[in-house]
Formats: sequence, structure tokens, C-alpha cells
Amino acid sequence: MLERILINGLVISGTYAVLAVGFSLIFGVAKIFNMAHTVLYMAASYIIFFSLNSLGIHYVFASALAILLTIIFGILCYKFLFDRVKVHETAVMIISISVAIICQELVLMTLDGSYRGVPSFIVGSKELMGVSVLYQHMFVVLGCIITLIGLWILLTKTFLGKAIRAVAQDQEIANLMGIDVSRVCLIAMGISAGLAAIAAVLSAPLEPLYPAMWLQPLILILAAVVLGGLGSIKGSVYGALILGFTETIVITVIPGGSFLRGAVSLLAMVIVLIFRPEGLFGVVFEEETL
Amino acid sequence: MIYHLRWMWQWILGEVFSRPGRLIAMLFFLTLFILPVFTTTPSTLRFLILAAIYAIFAASWDLLAVTGQVSLGQALFFGSAGYTAALINIHFGFPIWVTVPLGGLSAVFIGLIAGMPALRLRGFYLALVTLAFPVIFTGIIFIFPEFFGGEMGLIGIDRISKNRVIVYYTVVLVMMVSGFIMWKLSDASSKIIRTGIIFHAIREDEIAARLAGINTIRYKLLAYAISAFFAGIAGGLYIHFMRIAGPSSLTVFFSFQVLLWAIFGGKGTIYGAIAGVYILFPMTEYIMIYEWGENFRHIIMSLILIFTLLFMPEGISVWILDKLGIICRRCKVVNFANRKNCRACRAPLHLENQK
Repeated sequence: MLERILINGLVISGTYAVLAVGFSLIFGVAKIFNMAHTVLYMAASYIIFFSLNSLGIHYVFASALAILLTIIFGILCYKFLFDRVKVHETAVMIISISVAIICQELVLMTLDGSYRGVPSFIVGSKELMGVSVLYQHMFVVLGCIITLIGLWILLTKTFLGKAIRAVAQDQEIANLMGIDVSRVCLIAMGISAGLAAIAAVLSAPLEPLYPAMWLQPLILILAAVVLGGLGSIKGSVYGALILGFTETIVITVIPGGSFLRGAVSLLAMVIVLIFRPEGLFGVVFEEETL
Repeated sequence: MIYHLRWMWQWILGEVFSRPGRLIAMLFFLTLFILPVFTTTPSTLRFLILAAIYAIFAASWDLLAVTGQVSLGQALFFGSAGYTAALINIHFGFPIWVTVPLGGLSAVFIGLIAGMPALRLRGFYLALVTLAFPVIFTGIIFIFPEFFGGEMGLIGIDRISKNRVIVYYTVVLVMMVSGFIMWKLSDASSKIIRTGIIFHAIREDEIAARLAGINTIRYKLLAYAISAFFAGIAGGLYIHFMRIAGPSSLTVFFSFQVLLWAIFGGKGTIYGAIAGVYILFPMTEYIMIYEWGENFRHIIMSLILIFTLLFMPEGISVWILDKLGIICRRCKVVNFANRKNCRACRAPLHLENQK
């Protein structure tokens, strides 16, 4: 029981963490509330599905293709849609929801609404401290950890990362310091879309594919991002861990818990926010407290 | 008598016919009243009734947006009021004019509970917390399937009336009255009711509003209560019209839908939300008539939304009113855009065009 919770919790929260970090990144840098973030995840999953089934290429090439196409799609969305109405945040929200609906309907038209699956990347399992762990689960957890560490190195050790963090802190001052703000935002959008695609590559064999698969993770990553504090990358990871484990415990322990998975983890989020309104790692400005 | 009539006519000329916004509103409501004379086909009436119900709902969302609180979970009020009204109607057999207001009151109660976190949260944090509540309520419904009907929902609810035309007039009248009340409550330029300007002040700068001596907490909760009440009225009418109260009225997608309507019409203006519903909803239903419409309607709707918002990000009603009307710089009176001089003070309106 306990080890099942540990493994499944790590797998679920790893995927959520990669998705939530991508969302948090584009929100922090470009101040865009991208409701279509999990649609990028869905698009990447379906691209893998197509290239495996129709093109018949190897899993590695399919993953590379998925990541590449998703990044291009994300950048196009940003360039032609979100960037133009950036000032009106609710308009951005509506436009991204519309993009999500269009993608969902396109999938529904090309395939029907049935559940589909992608075969595992590596099959088999290994005994690990008395518990048999699927290689696929280990692959997901390792992949998530490597991705997050890579992102952390990119943000803290490179010049580009410094520019991204500067833009996230203050766009106008970053502009005065000679940083091309719109280009940095575009790169951030590319990284964010890439993270969504990586999450899809890692977890596509574990999750069923269906046209509305973007809604459930979207709610969870929004909750995770808010729980950790908006714009804080570290906070998003912790938020995803908390929510992922809550969800797993609910599913495993409570009978019929799959109905309640969303409800209980969101309840946890509400309770945390009542006691810490700025999230776990959010920054609060003294003059804004009420 | 004739003097009074003439005075009335002069008043209508001055207050309605010379202001583009009010003229459009009057024409719109007249059309709604005359429409059943021309067509009484069940399908037309059906989507007009639904449009009126959704218009109340979208306007209630907009009232909350006036205070700067974006709610992503407005379906909570709609759905919970629907369930309350349905339960009262089924178990006690009360008629519709009791169940719908009671549903509204229960929504107020739930809204005040849901509004508690709103006192400490703002902006996106608040939006996300409101998103959580309908999901939690859906969880409660699935825990007690015998009481709430589970996934199938509650059935066996009274209909509003056997005659569709009577249903239509009831719903449209409720929509007009509640829309007018909400518009008046959120109208910043009203001289009688202060809530409008206070709501706007809270949205612009909450701390400055507190400095001005406004109890912002009380007014934010008041906005929550009013918004929840009207959303609840819409929810009650909806279950009595559809005669089923199910979890489909609590989905996240339904909460997003109301955002699409209200922001398309114009955020923070009650008339914008109503206009948004009356433009988008019949369009969706109209596309359904064609054979290909079933598959393409969401795509077409989304494309229309995207292109509208790209060119008029403030919403369609704000854009149209900006084009039609012009405010005199000297006396701040609204004029039609094609006039040369202000109708009140004769000052020239288009100064830059004369060069």
C-alpha cells in the first residue's frame, strides 16, 4: 500500500511538476495566464500517437518530433495571439481557452472521442527493495528530475537564464538594461511549450489519450502553481508534489476515490491559501496586505 | 393630459433617442417582446429562453467582475441553486415562485461561504480558489448519490408552464428586471445608488478605497451575495425549464463558458454580458441547423471569439458604443458620433477633423 502510494505519487507529481513549472515560467516572465498550456501537452501526446501509428518511426524520433512541433505551435500561438492582447489579461485568458477548444474539437474530428493509448517506451519491471517497479515509472521519475535540474541550471547558471529572471522581475528595467524583452518572452514561451511536450513524452504511455484530456491536468497544475505561489518555480514543484501525493492517497485509500481526486486536492489548496494567501513560496509586498 | 404626453415624449427624445446605448437597449427589449408574435416554433423559443437564462447568469458574473474579482467558478452558484430548487420542489412540492427565490437565497449562503477566502486573496489567487469550489461541490454530490441523484441528476421537476410562450415571457421579464437591477447597482455614474461607484473604486485601488472610508470587506461580500443571488435565480429557472438538475451544470467548462460570453460582450459592463450571450448563443444554435454545424460549431465559435478579441480586446459592446457615441468635452453629455455639435451645449465635437 505505502510503496504503491510512494511510486504512483512520484510518477503523478513528477508529470504535474514539469507541467506546472512550464506554466509558472510563462506566467512569471510574460505575465500570460496561458489556459492552453495543457493543450500543448495534449498536442504532444497525440503527435507521438500519430507518428508511432501512422508513420511507424521509432519512439525516440517520435518524441523529438513531438517536442519540436509543440514548441513551434506554442511560439506561433504566442506571436500571433497572446502577444497582441497582452495588456488585457482576461482577453488572453479567453483567447487561450478558445485555442484549447479548437484543438479539442480538431482531435475529436480527426479521431473519434474514444480512449487511446501509446505503448510503453521500455517494458518490464525490476525488484527494488522488495517492490516491483515498472521501468516506465522509473523512466518518468528520472526524466522529470533531470528536466527540472536542467531547467534550474539554465535559469541560474547561464546568461539567458539571467535575462529571463530579470524580465520576470521587472520588464521595464530589464528593457533599460539592454535586454530584448519580447525576444526573451518568446524564448520563455518556447521553453514552456517544450516542458509541456517533455511531460507528454514521459507520461504518454501511462495516461489514456482522449480529446478532453487537457481539462483535468489544467485544474491540477493551476492549483499547484497557486499553492506554491505565482511565478515561483520552486513553489510550483512543491505544489505539484503536495497535490500529486494527495491525489494518489485519495485514489488508493478511499474506495471510489477517483470521483473525489480533484475535490480533495483542491480542498487542500483552499485550506493552505486561507492560512497563507500568497502561497507557500510567493512574495508578498507589505503595502499590498489588507 | 396632452401636456404630460408631450413632456413624456420630450423626455424619451432626450434620454433615450439621443443616446446610442439606450436606443439600442430599448430596440433590443422591444424586439424581444414582439418576437413571439412572428414565430412560436418550439426550437426558436427554446433557444431564446435559454439565452435569457444564460444572460442573467453572465450578467451576474459581470457584476463580480465590476469589483475586480474574476470568478472562475460561477457555476457553483448556478448549480447549487439549481439543486436546492429541485430538492425543495421534489420533496415539498412548492411552486416555482417559491423554489427559485429560495434557490437564489441558498446560493447567497454558499456565496458568502465561498466569499470568505476572497477577503484575503486577490487577482489570480482568487480566481483559482473560486475554480476549486464547484469541483469540491461535485465531489459532495458524488458522495451522496441517493440524495443528489448521483451522475444522472434529479428528475421529476415541475415545468414553469405548459405553454412555451408564457415560459418565454416569464423568463424574459425576469431577465430584464434582474439585468436592470444589476446594471443600476454597478452603474458608477448613478446619483442615487452608491454601490456602483464603490465597486468601481474597489476595482481600481482597494487601499485607496479603504482610505476613503469604505468598508471594502463588507462591499466585496455584498458583491458576492448579489452575484450569487442572480446566478442562483438563473440556475433555478434553468432546472425548471430543463426539468433535470444534474452535475453537468457544475462543470469547469460551464464556468469557462460564462467567461467567454461576458468577456466577449465587454467585461465590467452588465449590458455587455447580456449582449455577449444574445450574440454568441443564438449563433451557436443557428450553426447547428446545418448538417456540418454539429462538428464545426465550437471551432467557428472559438475563431469568432479569437478574432473579435484580437481587434476589440475590451469586448464587442464597448467597441460599438465607442464608435457610435462621442462624449462632449465641455459638458460630458453623450452624443451620436455623426453630430457636428453637442446637443446640449452646441460645442463642436470633432475638433481634430476640422483642420
